[in-house]
Amino acid sequence: MSEQLIAVTILWGFVFIYAVMATMDFGAGFWSMIYLNKEQTKATNIANRYLSPTWEVTNTFIVAIVVAIYSFFPGAAFTLGTILLIPGSIILLLLAIRSGFMVFSHVADDYRVALTYISGITGLLIPGFLIAVLPISHGGFVELESAAPSLDLQALFTSPHVYSFIGFAISSTLFLSSLLLADYSKTAGEPNAYKVYRRDSIILGPISLVMAVLIMLTMRNEANWLYTNMMEQLPLLLLSVAFFVIGGLAIFVFKDRHGMKGVPRIAVIAVTIQYLLASYVYGRAHLPYFIYPSFTIEDGFTDSASFQAVFITYIVGFLILFPGFFYFWRIFMKDSHVREDTQTE
Amino acid sequence: MDDLVIARSLFGTTMGFHIIFATLGVGIPLMILAAELLYQKTKDEDYAVMGKRWTKAFAVLLGVGIPTGTIAGVQLSLLWPGFMEFVGRVMALPFQIEIYAFFVEALFMSIYVYAAHRLSPWMRIVSVTLVALGGLASAVLITNVHAWEGTPTGFRIVNGEIVDVDPWAAFFNPSFFATAGHVALTAYTTGAFVIASVAAFKMLRAEFGSRIYKFHRKALMLGLLLGGFFSFFSSINGHETAQQLHEYQPEKLAAAEGLFETQAYAPLAIGGFTDRETREVKYGIEIPWALSFLAGNSFDTVVKGLNDFPEEYWPPLFVHTLFNAMVGIGSLLILLALMALFWNKFLKKPEFPKWMLGLFVTAGPLAVLAIEFGWIFACTGRQPWTIYRVLSTADSVTSASNLTTLFVLFAAVYVVLGVAVVLVMLYYFKRHPVEEDLYRADEPGVPLY
Ligand code: HDD
Ligand code: HEM
Ligand code: HEM
Repeated sequence: MSEQLIAVTILWGFVFIYAVMATMDFGAGFWSMIYLNKEQTKATNIANRYLSPTWEVTNTFIVAIVVAIYSFFPGAAFTLGTILLIPGSIILLLLAIRSGFMVFSHVADDYRVALTYISGITGLLIPGFLIAVLPISHGGFVELESAAPSLDLQALFTSPHVYSFIGFAISSTLFLSSLLLADYSKTAGEPNAYKVYRRDSIILGPISLVMAVLIMLTMRNEANWLYTNMMEQLPLLLLSVAFFVIGGLAIFVFKDRHGMKGVPRIAVIAVTIQYLLASYVYGRAHLPYFIYPSFTIEDGFTDSASFQAVFITYIVGFLILFPGFFYFWRIFMKDSHVREDTQTE
Repeated sequence: MDDLVIARSLFGTTMGFHIIFATLGVGIPLMILAAELLYQKTKDEDYAVMGKRWTKAFAVLLGVGIPTGTIAGVQLSLLWPGFMEFVGRVMALPFQIEIYAFFVEALFMSIYVYAAHRLSPWMRIVSVTLVALGGLASAVLITNVHAWEGTPTGFRIVNGEIVDVDPWAAFFNPSFFATAGHVALTAYTTGAFVIASVAAFKMLRAEFGSRIYKFHRKALMLGLLLGGFFSFFSSINGHETAQQLHEYQPEKLAAAEGLFETQAYAPLAIGGFTDRETREVKYGIEIPWALSFLAGNSFDTVVKGLNDFPEEYWPPLFVHTLFNAMVGIGSLLILLALMALFWNKFLKKPEFPKWMLGLFVTAGPLAVLAIEFGWIFACTGRQPWTIYRVLSTADSVTSASNLTTLFVLFAAVYVVLGVAVVLVMLYYFKRHPVEEDLYRADEPGVPLY
């Protein structure tokens, strides 16, 4: 593999991990708002229990992505920084409000409702803006030829393609998070919360799939090069849909050992594989362009000495961090501990 | 207003806001660690209560520190793409390693806070040590980028192209250790004095000799002791930082000291204002020969003055005031700690008079001010460069215009977050007074966590 390809694969990996973690994170925040007044289901409680320890870790991945972009592709930094100034700033503003108020909502009990609403709603808007970066990279909305690259915001926010991405981001956020919370509440032994999240995920799954199809349809008009490239990998796309079906069956039809409907653990895994396959297809089809058609991964690549130094720190960093992540997972996600926490409440 | 000025103001505002939380994010974990260790050593429950309450405050501060840091990181590439392109090629390592430090801090912070009831005392200490190390490492690493901006190394420019990149030579640039050390020591100073301030404030309101008074007194003594220790070393090391300026960025030192004529036996000007027209410091106090001694450890050191540099390379002259204020506060903090020590250990007086407690209350806010002054001095004093003598600020800035709206929006969000964090903090500690935690700690069978 060329250095460029290694770099872009690492970057893609970060984007994928962040996409999954962030959908869970923003979705959980939103659900904790929706079920705020339904004390008896404990759905809010479950969402917060998942959210409290994880948001900082999730947030660090955004920073990791940004740093990976300018350390691997500094040549792209100038163009990206300039055209993403407005959307990037909107995301940052929303993110600041969302994180701040979410932390405050756990501390100031009397103002919990207002604070949760602010963080829940801003949190749901963020994925919508974040995903807009993808259609921007398809090239239709940027002017790169002049000395000062610029983004045509009006064209951006009147394009059906962009809206299908936004719709997809929001529905996926709600879908993935409800599925995960279904699994989490089942493990925690909270049948009421489980029922609520199972129902939500069953409603939202098909909506997300429709949105994904909508993206493909609009892509055909607005970014035909990408559409063609993606269609060349049709078998993988179909495999991805197959995993969606498995996930759907697992939550909707399968029964567990005790005869309870839904095996959310299998559904979560299947749906994650579905997203993994789909984003692999998307990422591969996007190559070699950073921003179509004038910016490729070769153009912006860093100095080879810097790449090697950074790459080595990735390996060392991963080795050092791995036990930390493992310990974190054991403490907060491991089934027996999740259950134990329910008992001590 | 011109776009460059707005970009600078916007970024400066972001940094000025982030640094408050970031500094406390480095300083407070060390205080928590100290309290946890003292608790293990003395088995005095008061220290466990301190650890618990400071952790709560820290968790709330993180709610602002993390998003504002994220803004800082992303804004660097949004507002200064020219600079980040350069950094990406040469100086990406510290940013990269910093990510791992963030992960360590985030992982163990969550473990320490949300799994408190499940951790053994030993594991609590390990977790909080890792949190403190993660915070320290992020400060040291990001400061390294700042240090490199002043003493850029690890590359050559040939015909406008960057060649011969050596990322580790850039990483270990000449001012790295002195500058990073200064930032770390001053963050510890600030964390300790902020804790001392709060304790002194509470003591003013508590009855002498009461349980509450004694509790806060322990916190005050811990804060003053550590604060005094770190502020002493901050000033020693600040002196070293200034000598680095003498060697590598002489015009910055000249502007900080208001020196125009290059000379041996240079005098140190304290206070006053630098006048560009007459090229002198007005209304200041001059200490003969002192500057030469400070710059090079001997009175005959030749210190360069601003007249040796073309005027367009001069940093803004008001940095003289910022520098004086920082050093002034540093000296005052050392005096405050010494005074407490003298009163307590030599005069053996158990009670601090009100006026003295009043002085201690000011210590924390003053330390935060010194941090602000120091940073504004360090970043503004580098003007007109983002990378000293290599890349100018004007060449770093985004080509986008109309930044005013963004500036207003970001400033508004900082105001909202700043006000909210103070209110939330006051609310929480009013709702959960120390008495409650002391009761939990004293009563067998009631868990503190
Ligand atoms: C509690 C805060 C605090 C205190 C008491 C001091 N400083 Fe400081 N100083 C900082 C907080 C700070 C800082 C905010 O952390 C800076 C900004 C950039 C940096 O590296 O550290 C800084 C920068 C800074 C610089 C500029 C470095 C550069 O431009 O890269 C010098 C020369 C000094 N300091 C010197 C001193 C001296 C001689 C002090 C004697 C008492 C002192 N500082 C006390
Ligand atoms: C956290 C404390 C910091 C504060 C309060 C601070 C403050 C400021 C201010 C006021 C400016 C505007 C300067 C001017 O244009 O006159 C600025 C610019 C800048 N600072 Fe800092 N800064 C801080 C830390 C850092 C660090 C750690 C770095 C290195 C990564 C850094 C890099 C820059 C850059 C690149 C600019 C923009 C270009 C320039 O004006 O030179 N700053 N900062
Ligand atoms: C020298 C001044 C700085 C210090 C001491 C410092 C320290 C810290 C610390 C301790 C944190 C952890 C959160 C907290 O405790 O509040 C943090 C967060 C952060 N800082 Fe700063 N910082 C400084 C300047 C900067 C600059 C210039 C940048 C931008 C390049 C930056 C980027 C970040 C980011 C991205 C985060 C969030 C990390 C996360 O998502 O977990 N910081 N900073």
